[in-house]
Amino acid sequence: MEKNNLKAWLYLLPAILFLGVFMVYPLIDVFVYSFEEGYNSASQTYFGVGTYNYSYVLHDPYFLQALKNTFILVIITVPVSTGLALLISVGLNSIKPLKELYQTVYFLPYVTNTLAVGLVFMILFKKTPYSEGLVNLLINFFGGESVDFIEGPYWAKMFVLCFYTVWVVLPFKILILTSALASVNETYYNAAKVDGTSKGRIFTRITLPMISPTVFYLIITGFIGAFKAYSDAVALFGTDLNAAEMNTIVGYVYDMLYGNSGGYPSYASAAAIILFAIVLTITCINLLISKKHVHYS
Amino acid sequence: MKVVLQNLTKKFPSRSKTNKQDVIAVNDFTFEIPDGQLIGLLGPSGCGKSTTLNLLSGLQKPTSGRIFFGDDDVTDLPAENRGVGLVFQNYALYPHLTVRQNITFPLENLKGKDKLTKQQMQEKAYEAAKLVQIEELMDRKPSELSGGQQQRVAIARALVKMPRVLLLDEPLSNLDARLRLQTREELRRIQQKTKITTVFVTHDQEEAMSISDMIVVMKDGVIQQIGKPQDVYDDPINLFVAKFLGTPPINVFEGRVENEKLYIGNEAVLSAPGVKNCEVYIGVRPEGFVLNENGKLTTKLDRVEVMGRDISVISYHGNAQAAVRSIIGSENRFSVGGGDVKFDLKPFKVDIFDKATEKRIHCELALR
Amino acid sequence: MANMTDYQKIEKSAAMRKKVLNIFTYALLTVWAIMVLFPFYWMLLTSIKSYSAYSSEYIPKFFTLSPTFQNYIDAFTAVPLAKYFTNTLIFTLFTTALMLIVVILAAFAFARLEFKGKNLAFTIFLSLMMIPNELVIITNFVTITNLDMRNTFAGLILPSVTSVFYIYLLRENFAQIPDELYYAAKVDGTSDFKYLRKVMIPICKPTIITVTILKVIECWNSYVWPRLITDDQAFFLVSNGIQEIRENGFGRENIPAMMAAVVVISVPLIILFLIFHKKIMEGVSRGGTKG
Repeated sequence: MEKNNLKAWLYLLPAILFLGVFMVYPLIDVFVYSFEEGYNSASQTYFGVGTYNYSYVLHDPYFLQALKNTFILVIITVPVSTGLALLISVGLNSIKPLKELYQTVYFLPYVTNTLAVGLVFMILFKKTPYSEGLVNLLINFFGGESVDFIEGPYWAKMFVLCFYTVWVVLPFKILILTSALASVNETYYNAAKVDGTSKGRIFTRITLPMISPTVFYLIITGFIGAFKAYSDAVALFGTDLNAAEMNTIVGYVYDMLYGNSGGYPSYASAAAIILFAIVLTITCINLLISKKHVHYS
Repeated sequence: MKVVLQNLTKKFPSRSKTNKQDVIAVNDFTFEIPDGQLIGLLGPSGCGKSTTLNLLSGLQKPTSGRIFFGDDDVTDLPAENRGVGLVFQNYALYPHLTVRQNITFPLENLKGKDKLTKQQMQEKAYEAAKLVQIEELMDRKPSELSGGQQQRVAIARALVKMPRVLLLDEPLSNLDARLRLQTREELRRIQQKTKITTVFVTHDQEEAMSISDMIVVMKDGVIQQIGKPQDVYDDPINLFVAKFLGTPPINVFEGRVENEKLYIGNEAVLSAPGVKNCEVYIGVRPEGFVLNENGKLTTKLDRVEVMGRDISVISYHGNAQAAVRSIIGSENRFSVGGGDVKFDLKPFKVDIFDKATEKRIHCELALR
Repeated sequence: MANMTDYQKIEKSAAMRKKVLNIFTYALLTVWAIMVLFPFYWMLLTSIKSYSAYSSEYIPKFFTLSPTFQNYIDAFTAVPLAKYFTNTLIFTLFTTALMLIVVILAAFAFARLEFKGKNLAFTIFLSLMMIPNELVIITNFVTITNLDMRNTFAGLILPSVTSVFYIYLLRENFAQIPDELYYAAKVDGTSDFKYLRKVMIPICKPTIITVTILKVIECWNSYVWPRLITDDQAFFLVSNGIQEIRENGFGRENIPAMMAAVVVISVPLIILFLIFHKKIMEGVSRGGTKG
């Protein structure tokens, strides 16, 4: 096979150009920004190199609020969404009639605009002077006290955010888990059945170990995705997330870059790198745990 | 444990859109398996033998008919409660569990008064492993075992709970030729030692013939013949059974009976006393030919294959469905010269079948 | 015959358990299906209630007897929804088309051509898959601002074009095409580019369609980058548009009109999904991740 070096690189050129300008260069640049102290975006000057940006960010109450929100969101939504997806997928896998219809319905949120449907959620949960909102009426019906989930107490807002996040991420997880479950060879189930294994034991001893690589994949990507939460929060609480006490780390990054409090790419870079470090650490921990518990065939 | 199948029938709804008729996988099966025997269910693929096995294990429910283990009617009992051991074609060993865990898996399912202590489980597992000679492999994962070893683990797993009936689905088909030979003897040994009633399914007639106490030949969901291997081989009930059993396969000629003489072409090869004039198929086993310069059957020689112990003569005949393969002792010095070869036929190695029904015509064939 | 009754008991309880489990399963699945569908129903319902009817319902009604399309008219007249819509359409079309060209050429080079440094280049490409968007978006923002491309389509489109993942996906698919086809084409004097166009692309059409659909979904829903790069409403995409409507929209809290806008921007993707749901779900389960 003759080598046609030049021609090959020509085919690659567009990809290299785009990736170089919008990915590789920015990747290096973000580290540079994060260490340039007192960067002025108007004059593009700075007066020193050091870790001040990081210390500023880490002491910024807005960042700490965002950090707290993000962690709560991650800790609640990752297990809840994975568990719920598992439950639904197992149910889906055990039925025959209507299976495809349910599958299609469950996937619907994946293709909808997060911002747009978030607005519907806001209306469902919001309490206004002229209506309690549907969810509150439901709570009232069961004898509960109505709460403003959008502009009310912190826990209520956090609840809606978690609820909406789970609603948004579930389609992907259900889809992946359903196809993993379907790919488990039926003879394993038959073998277990003949040996008198109960349904529960079949699930914990056979199904779960067999699909464990997929489950862990979903947990890892779930963590990464949840740490980057942003547009769900915007959809529910509007663009001024700091005021709503509902900002996330990614939201903080964008606010630092642009908007009312924007114009500080250095702080944004430092925050982004802190986020990246957190995600990397969590992912490494996940991988270490998974080595122990996951069966890769 | 005696196993009885009574008018067992299994229909599947048709999957084809043009033909709405149900597919009958198992059609009105009735037979009884005596206690402690090894039974081979034999037939070409799609004949319903695997379905029969699934009905026995409880993984599928029959459309009609009953199944008895001993005196118990187990027809509606789910697989979980039936207490059978099943070895799958691909073994179905749990890949994430070790050999030991695989073997103890069925024991951990026992409940109530049958519940075993950890100690007892380990002992039973060891016993089963020893029976199939894999006690040294207990801590390996299935992926670290050879095909033959996996097969043994699968058998151990099926045996460990002392099943009432042991079922094996194509147990040897995933092994290479040499291992197959070895394993089938092993299977026989294990079965005779445990005395568990065993049913196994195969499409390989040699496998079935070599180890079964009894074979059941099936075609299109219908039992063709049941009997001891040698009896079925010597005394096939129809052309299908005759063709299906034996390697190399039986040679089939078209011929006729006229005046109590059996003709192939214009040559009267044997006499058939008491048979009315009719068109027939004539099946001649490869070992049923005797070389004779004045023989009654004349064929055109194609080639000779020397196998050491004996010689195969391959020749052609206008009325034969395929090339005629005859096996003669190697004491016959055979000169390859081409031209015609003449044979006489051994009467007890020849069967005749009605051309229309393909059913065996029973008669005492004779040389004259 | 004591044995007999024992067996009957086991049979009965097994059948019973199966039934209960089945009912429970369907109940669970149906509850979640309602949870998924209800917001869609609610937005559709609210969008055809008149403003006055909606405002007067302290307890919202689950149906309406006097549907109105006034809200849809409002959505297109009171706010520049049509503009958002066309902007998004232009953005989606150009981004997807450019992406396809770039991705197909690169995947072809990696799958078919032999050249020095191929392995190294491919490894670097793959490692770029791990780079989160949040890290590079800061510099991209500064770059586009400095190039004076804010509030332009170029500024919106260019940084959204490449996706390493799609290059990877397509390369894997290209690589499955047997070499013999390529040699046969070479012997017939076909050029590489013609081979790509006439053989590889037609064979890999399913994957290319999948990639296209996924990118269209991604573009239609993109929010963060457009928000950073546009502050002129003339360049808003639907996501930003809906946010703008929510915050400064119809003057008063005209929720039915807002819902009409939500319906309008959701419908194209839902239709796309209903047509291609098999392809989309297959594509996503082959390893696609959102965004």
